Amino acid sequence: MAVQQNRVTRSRRNMRRSHDALVAANPNECSSCGELRRPHHVCPSCGHYDGREVIAQSTEVDLEDDAA
Amino acid sequence: MRHARGYRRLNRTAEHRKALFANMAGSLIEHEQIKTTLPKAKELRPIVEKLITLGKRGDLHARRQAAAQLKQDKDVKKLFDILGPRYKDRQGGYVRILKAGFRYGDMAPMAIIEFVERDVSAKGAADIAREEAAAAAED
Repeated sequence: MAVQQNRVTRSRRNMRRSHDALVAANPNECSSCGELRRPHHVCPSCGHYDGREVIAQSTEVDLEDDAA
Repeated sequence: MRHARGYRRLNRTAEHRKALFANMAGSLIEHEQIKTTLPKAKELRPIVEKLITLGKRGDLHARRQAAAQLKQDKDVKKLFDILGPRYKDRQGGYVRILKAGFRYGDMAPMAIIEFVERDVSAKGAADIAREEAAAAAED
């Protein structure tokens, strides 16, 4: 198996990693529920996009019915 | 050379892709809104828009061309009876794609694909009708 001939110095290692940084997400506030959401995405918490309800939120579960 | 590769392969064979889009087009016509991955949604849009154009033409030949692409006759019926007349005055752009985050498990970008001016009650109508029938049978 091929093996590297020389030790990589910490300078070279760090130079290699200079482009590896992650970029933070840039969330916006949802205009209808105020929760943070990704720009240009349907809001995952309220299902709204552009002031319109896109995903119908599940209606509340009737606890009494479930218990019976 | 990547000649004549204008569409996504979606890791499927040609038959598999054809079946996939036939199924997805049928689901979209039935429910008017479906959730899928963003690449599939982007490939599905031109397929469904061409089906709507057939629905607007409305003649027997168009109906047979649509039936050849769809799996179920009820979807062909809806395409010609409901969707064709609905988009009579709209010149293209019948389908909207919205981004909907990333799927847990594989981080696939997800999308909501829906008809413009969709009938909100069409989504899951068969399930709701079945539940109500079951509830009525219990009473």
